[in-house]
Amino acid sequence: MPEEVLGPNILEVENLKKYFPIKGGFFGSTVGEVRAVDDVSLYVREGEILSLVGESGCGKTTTARCILRAVDPTSGSTRFRMKDGTMVDIAKLKETELKPVWREVQMIFQDPFGSLNPRKNLLEIIGEPLYVNGIRDRQTRMNRVAELLELVGLRPEYMHRYPHAFSGGQRQRVVIARALALEPRLIIADEAVSALDVSVQAQVLNLLLSLQRRLNLSFLFVAHDLSIVKHISHRVAVMYVGKIAEMAPTEELFRRPKHPYTAALMKAVPIPDPTLRNELKGLPGEVGNPANPPSGCYFHPRCAYATEICKTKTPELRTVGPDHSVACHHAEELNLDGIGELKSSPMTEALSQPDASTGNAPPS
Amino acid sequence: MNEDRGDVVLSVRNLKTHFPTDDGVVKAVDGVTFDLHQGEVLGVVGESGCGKSITMKSVMQLVGKPGRIVDGQILFKRNRDGTNTEEVDIAKLRTNGKKIREIRGGDIALIPQEPMASFSPLHSIGSQIVEAVMLHQDVSKQEAKRIAIEKLNEVGMPSAEQRFDAYSWQLSGGLRQRAIIALALACNPSILIADEPTTAIDVTTQAQILELLKRLQREHGSSILFITHDLGVIAQLADHVVVMYLGRVMEQGAVSDVFTHPRHPYTRALLASIPSLHSEPRIELPTVAGGIPHPLQRPNGCPFHPRCPDAIPGTCDVAMPKLLDVEQSKVACFLHHDEAEEADA
Repeated sequence: MPEEVLGPNILEVENLKKYFPIKGGFFGSTVGEVRAVDDVSLYVREGEILSLVGESGCGKTTTARCILRAVDPTSGSTRFRMKDGTMVDIAKLKETELKPVWREVQMIFQDPFGSLNPRKNLLEIIGEPLYVNGIRDRQTRMNRVAELLELVGLRPEYMHRYPHAFSGGQRQRVVIARALALEPRLIIADEAVSALDVSVQAQVLNLLLSLQRRLNLSFLFVAHDLSIVKHISHRVAVMYVGKIAEMAPTEELFRRPKHPYTAALMKAVPIPDPTLRNELKGLPGEVGNPANPPSGCYFHPRCAYATEICKTKTPELRTVGPDHSVACHHAEELNLDGIGELKSSPMTEALSQPDASTGNAPPS
Repeated sequence: MNEDRGDVVLSVRNLKTHFPTDDGVVKAVDGVTFDLHQGEVLGVVGESGCGKSITMKSVMQLVGKPGRIVDGQILFKRNRDGTNTEEVDIAKLRTNGKKIREIRGGDIALIPQEPMASFSPLHSIGSQIVEAVMLHQDVSKQEAKRIAIEKLNEVGMPSAEQRFDAYSWQLSGGLRQRAIIALALACNPSILIADEPTTAIDVTTQAQILELLKRLQREHGSSILFITHDLGVIAQLADHVVVMYLGRVMEQGAVSDVFTHPRHPYTRALLASIPSLHSEPRIELPTVAGGIPHPLQRPNGCPFHPRCPDAIPGTCDVAMPKLLDVEQSKVACFLHHDEAEEADA
């Protein structure tokens, strides 16, 4: 929302590339490469939630992992503003120099069952980053763990329990508490709520939003669910086959998408409102193959507006408005539909009115 | 609920499917009742552990050991060749008997969630469709092949004749899902059960598959039982909806009615907690307190009462409310009526 004041850039990614070699032939020579991340540039401001959205295989997770140096990028730079204001290029750091950066950038993963060690209790799990970073006194660690558990809405007494005692939503809170242990300033959340049930997902989304506000955290929120992305983020970057297709403030992107792929994604999402039933428009064909991407614009075989230039020339990501950039040759000429104004439908109206049927006094 | 709906083709009455384990009995499905009418899409929606998949497996007698249907009826109006109809209680059939094997795939077909795991990687998709056709119909191999190609064309498989000889691993996710739908349609079943058919694929491909299912339902008048956790898919596709929680039906009715006038607190909470493309951004979402309980620690009375904001102490935690008509839909909640289910003996 515009009233929130956003700071300077905390993260600037420029021309990031990650190519995975395909081994084959005799002697295991490299016969090709998978362009998982292909020239991605983006930035995150301090206190901002940037969502990275796209379908499976579009490279959103690899981008996130490259930023953190969980995998080494092939080329490009990822500059991060440390707490003291200096900019460091994470992509160029030696492995031994990464530790101070990892204190300030943390990651939350999708699967809360796979990311917690079942043989350690919460005190050990959440206390481990503290121990590694020099807090050797057990009592100090216990106090800090209790604080962190309270911060994410769990009872401090739980610190002696093991992960199996917790439900999916609670485990994800534990994962978040561990990520917050070292007071990071940027959190990379990779599909952090995708594995949760709807009723629990809302709890975790609320938690992430309140943490962001209270601690002025910055988020890179990797997701595939557009409704969640629209709900949580200040800005959105849409990825398609390793490239950024469009990046814009959330409202602007959903109201006036400039890239045909963005518009198609929005059209394809089933809206949970039977009064807004319309034809779901899929796209012809399938997501392009990053090992053998189409020529020119990677989206052209599925694009309804493609012309000759789209088949031959790869469009650059260029600025078309304040904070709005898009990689499409025809961005200016196209008049694409977004999801429209925030209008109320018969369903939202019916739900917002106090319903006569529930106003009844319950039978005693 | 007395609007125009077709005849009932499948009637599930008080179905109970339990899993005895060393630690106790898991009551995965515990008294589920609903009707599927001719030519409608009935959506079954619920979160993990609500028993939606086990209900569907029970309908096909595919519940794995140690699970067992312990009570209730699954009345299926079997109508081969459109002449005489017989009523079969699937719950009474032997899990491996001749009759259920005829019904499975022949009268009731399943579209599973994971198409990769549903085809044999060693046989071409065409030969697997031919096998299904020849198992249920008395036709020659040539005729079966013709039917298979016809079905592949019907589901929009590009160059179906060539794809007949393709293996499942040569197809992309969307095409594989189309092939599995062709396999399900092979014997002209009267009921299609779709178990989260689009959960494993991307949104732009999902939209294609949903449109395909809509078209098939329009053209053939098939009855579809659609299981999903995605309320958006239900809103866009289903005519009627059954909302399940912990093995029980909480509410059921026409989609247009249930989504605009949810009467059960669980349905309300579920609808309120999803961020929608049309809702206000970055606000706090209304949530349901707590999480889904462990299957062995089911609460007494109404299973939703510990999380329910409107629970009535002394009532909801003691007895299970019956599923009764409330205005246009059916609701199992003491806020709307005061009839309880008799306690189990």
